[in-house]
Amino acid sequence: MEYIDYYKELGLDKNATPADIKKAYRKLARKYHPDLNPNDEEAHLKFQRINEANEVLSDPEKRKKYDQYGKDWEHAEAFEEARRKQGQSHNSGAAGGGYRQYTYTGGDAEDFSDFFESMFGGASGRRSRRTGGFRGQDFNAELHLDLREVYTTHKRTLTVNGKNIRLTIPAGVENGQTIKIAGHGGEGANGGPQGDLYITFVITNNTEFRREGNDLYTEADLDLYTAILGGEITVPTFDGKVKLKVKPETENGTKVKLKGKGFPVYKKEGHFGDLYLTYTVRIPKNLTEEEKKLFEELQKHRR
Amino acid sequence: MSQEELIAVTTFCTSHNIEVTFIRELAAYDLVEIINRDKEEFFCSSHLPEVEKMMRLYYDLEINMEGLNAVHHLLKRIDELQHEVTRLRNRLP
Repeated sequence: MEYIDYYKELGLDKNATPADIKKAYRKLARKYHPDLNPNDEEAHLKFQRINEANEVLSDPEKRKKYDQYGKDWEHAEAFEEARRKQGQSHNSGAAGGGYRQYTYTGGDAEDFSDFFESMFGGASGRRSRRTGGFRGQDFNAELHLDLREVYTTHKRTLTVNGKNIRLTIPAGVENGQTIKIAGHGGEGANGGPQGDLYITFVITNNTEFRREGNDLYTEADLDLYTAILGGEITVPTFDGKVKLKVKPETENGTKVKLKGKGFPVYKKEGHFGDLYLTYTVRIPKNLTEEEKKLFEELQKHRR
Repeated sequence: MSQEELIAVTTFCTSHNIEVTFIRELAAYDLVEIINRDKEEFFCSSHLPEVEKMMRLYYDLEINMEGLNAVHHLLKRIDELQHEVTRLRNRLP
């Protein structure tokens, strides 16, 4: 567990007045507030840190304790204990203490650092300006899938906050796409509705196909003779191999389109993108003497 | 639109301990649409996340109505750009 310099978090020094603290906090909160930085995890963490710094420095009691122990925070509890005992012997029964109120409100309380927890024992809930609340909290989840898995529509059961949610994942979902599952977030309060669940798909592609929207791209080897004379080859598509006619005198790098052999179109059943194949003509290696002679013959014909 | 999809402005404001005028001001800036029914004001539940976001920005960060209006448009733009970035990233080999 590391010591956190709360003054540094807010860009202040130890002589900062309550007004300085308020001003610095407001300024940074406007910069890093999650509502103003959608999908930015770094900003969200920074916001939590400045919130924590403000929680400590804007509360005279907490600030006093923090200033007093500073880097020796690990001994704070021992000091407190010793002092309390001393105090009791002089002034029986008046040992207020009150630091370690384990009144963690949970739920939507900010995640505070271990350092904070250790020194102050959990969020006091002092920060909530408006009590009550209404709509439940939104939940965010990531679902990691393989490209092969999103080629077909399938059902999944997810466990989010202890509840099982049966989900239909439509074929053709994009990497990074977020879908909203209404009403599967946190419980509402005061008659407010439940929050929503947002699921972001993270799709890994370990196939030989590159996906661009609904289209797929891949390469196919073509032997020199088929490239020159034409013929039939077997090429891979996403759902199996197909036979393809090759025109005579096909150049290296030729691109062919296989209509409807691409990826399924999201929420349009039966619709598919296209597959683009790029031919790589392979030159024969380790020619025999006879082959060499024949190529030389051919060469003469071209001169 | 069914009755269940409407949120009474007074219910919302009481729960959050805020003034009803806040929602009316949002409506004046076209940030929410108020629906009048049986002499009561409602807004559509699909606007709820956006209204709550505006409420946090207004009360917690002290951003005024003009600021909220600008923020609303910029966030919309960010959202569009993020989609575009995702789309382009997916095209990278």
